[in-house]
Amino acid sequence: MDTLIAIRDTITVQEALDFIQSPECGGEVIFTGTVRNDTRGRGVTKLFYECYEAMALSEMQKIADRVQAQWDVKKLVMLHAIGDKYPGDIAVVIAVASAHRGIAFDACEFTIDTLKETVPIWKKEFFTDGEIGQ
Amino acid sequence: MGLLLFGVAKDIAGAALVGFPETVTNVAELKQWLYDRYPAMQQLSSLMVAVNREYAADTQIIRAGDEVAVIPPVSGG
Repeated sequence: MDTLIAIRDTITVQEALDFIQSPECGGEVIFTGTVRNDTRGRGVTKLFYECYEAMALSEMQKIADRVQAQWDVKKLVMLHAIGDKYPGDIAVVIAVASAHRGIAFDACEFTIDTLKETVPIWKKEFFTDGEIGQ
Repeated sequence: MGLLLFGVAKDIAGAALVGFPETVTNVAELKQWLYDRYPAMQQLSSLMVAVNREYAADTQIIRAGDEVAVIPPVSGG
């Protein structure tokens, strides 16, 4: 399995798609997580993401190792953005390619669910009313 | 020894790096020291400690030279 893992200020869907495309794969699944303009009914002006980078990259690699052990995935991309992100901005991209779509859907869902549970990345929410939440 | 702080734990402590005493020798003692020094951390839904970039159990020993970090509830994605 080929893997691309990165944490950067700016990430794109295109770089993920470029990485996973392969003649041996017939199913490509891409999940993008974008900044929403509200949290539980409160308006959000921006999110600020920070991470414990060395550990975050290590935890992302562990997820990739689990994907490789569990499914016949050929390509896996995990990208996470940090810094100020505004509604509509991409915060996370997961891209998976395998021979058939079922595996790709399952592996993609496992990857984003596990990333949200284990990878040391934090967001701070800035609300339209001026308050800041964690 | 130095302790890295992130997210809301950093905001509570008011610093990204604080020192903790050498009498703290394992993760459970470190958490207790944090709760005593920063009572607001008791309100967090979880508080993990990482030693050398790995999540650590309460019984894990902390040695000189370890990279120790406080991991409040993560919220990536």
